[in-house]
Amino acid sequence: MDKTFAARRRRDLIIAAVLAALAALAPLLIKDVYVQNILILTLMYAALSQSWNILSGYCGQISLGHALYFGIGAYTTELLFTKFGVLPWFGMLAGGVIAAVIAMGLGYPFFRLRGHYFVIATIVIAEIGLLLFQNWEWAGAAMGITIPVRGDSWLKFQFMRSKLPYFYFALALCSLAWFVTWWLEDSKWGFWWRAVKDNPEAAESLGVVVFNSKMGAAAVSAFLVAVGGAFYAQFLAYIDPESVMGFQFSLLMALPAVLGGIGTLWGPVLGAAILIPMTELTRSYIGGSGRGVDLIVYGALIVLISLALPQGLVSLFSRTKAKGATR
Amino acid sequence: MTALLETRGVWQRFGGLVANSDVSISVGRGEIVGLIGPNGAGKSTLFNLIAGVLPPTQGSIWFDGEDVTNMPAAERCQRGVGRTFQVVKSFETMTVIDNVIVGALVRNTVMREARRKAHEVLEFTGLAARAEVLASDLVPAEKRRLEVARALATEPKLLLLDEVLTGLTPTEAQTGVALVRKVRDAGITVLMVEHVMEIVMPLVDRAIVLDLGKVLVEGNPTEVVRDPKVISAYLGDRHAVGA
Repeated sequence: MDKTFAARRRRDLIIAAVLAALAALAPLLIKDVYVQNILILTLMYAALSQSWNILSGYCGQISLGHALYFGIGAYTTELLFTKFGVLPWFGMLAGGVIAAVIAMGLGYPFFRLRGHYFVIATIVIAEIGLLLFQNWEWAGAAMGITIPVRGDSWLKFQFMRSKLPYFYFALALCSLAWFVTWWLEDSKWGFWWRAVKDNPEAAESLGVVVFNSKMGAAAVSAFLVAVGGAFYAQFLAYIDPESVMGFQFSLLMALPAVLGGIGTLWGPVLGAAILIPMTELTRSYIGGSGRGVDLIVYGALIVLISLALPQGLVSLFSRTKAKGATR
Repeated sequence: MTALLETRGVWQRFGGLVANSDVSISVGRGEIVGLIGPNGAGKSTLFNLIAGVLPPTQGSIWFDGEDVTNMPAAERCQRGVGRTFQVVKSFETMTVIDNVIVGALVRNTVMREARRKAHEVLEFTGLAARAEVLASDLVPAEKRRLEVARALATEPKLLLLDEVLTGLTPTEAQTGVALVRKVRDAGITVLMVEHVMEIVMPLVDRAIVLDLGKVLVEGNPTEVVRDPKVISAYLGDRHAVGA
């Protein structure tokens, strides 16, 4: 039995490596900038959703306020860059650390809340964060920050001529988030988180300090999301509160995971691979002129999938296999 | 040698309700002790106080020579208190083996060792064939068994069993009894709450009867069942007169 377990883990790792390699080759075939743009966003949301999944999927603490950490990553990077000349790479790390610290600071009171109350608290806190940034003069308030163009360079992580460097960074970030999840899945933390999600009282009786487990999940999750925010800021070359901290980001982190399979290794990637291109395509082909048909199609698909496959799309693959293995 | 577990003058009040009043019991190393009594006697409350779900209103609890009165449940588990729940609390979305690994992680920090320990415990409890099944797919008797397996994986000195034999078919209950004996033979002290007398009495070394939150009688199981006070607590005064 240990063998099948180890084999399953190895198989996941190999599939991921193959997918990453194929994705890395994609720009050789796809020269269209518009499509490249969609690919970059898809990879970014896959990474974000994978990170969100650590706290909300594995540990079961549903957050609809992760836009806050995304925005903190973006703002930390750009404030440090424009005000103090700190390279975005350091800003990215600083943003991650600050987001992790804030996530734990917020977790201290809010992890005492359960279920819906926790979700509501995360929404409210993210909205407060948005309001603070909209009124913070030094940080550009509602006008935001324009990132000065200093020419293409990896050092300043800034590229105007080609989108490819952003593509590769997004791919690396997505791979990292996936790998971190893969690694945590078979660790003490991974087991603790799933136990906490399923039954905190039983977890506590088995020596799991529930509160600390949640704090750990929040920190890892917020760190990775903030790194994504830093990336997005560099990618846009301009940020304002609404465009890096708006509620839609919280949703776009949660939806791919929910669609693909919440609390699963492959769910977020699978969900993002379907959802993000679909969002972009419906918007450009049937959206436009404010008719909102894209949103109707988009919403209908989500409703359909949640009704037909409440465990997410990955259950299409895993359910049959699990049956075959046990029965 | 001191007792493994001792409660000293423990009181628990919930508002105006006194669930435990001045309860002092002790459990020696290697014993199987039954905590019995009619519904509402305060068994579950006392059990939860010992497991560390909540601290008592008054009094103290000692485990392995240490005052654990205000120690949270997770820490008590690390000291060697394992427990099951009366209403089973399996990790439903996890497989049986994964459920047990959670317990095994208390004393094994390396995943491979925790996994090996978990397999060992599944063998011991007779669940090995069900290792890869989701906990939600187990039948009730297996879920009870999983509760025990999970607690055993934490390598406790004291195992607290909360009505693990209640609601089982006679055959299932007999397998359960055999398992409890096996646990004790492995050197683990057992304190079990039950109210099915005919099953527990032959199993335990000593019985403690609670009634209305107080210790009513304590002693050898055969004497305890004949005690008029116990009979009247269970069946009412009329029956005690004849005895």
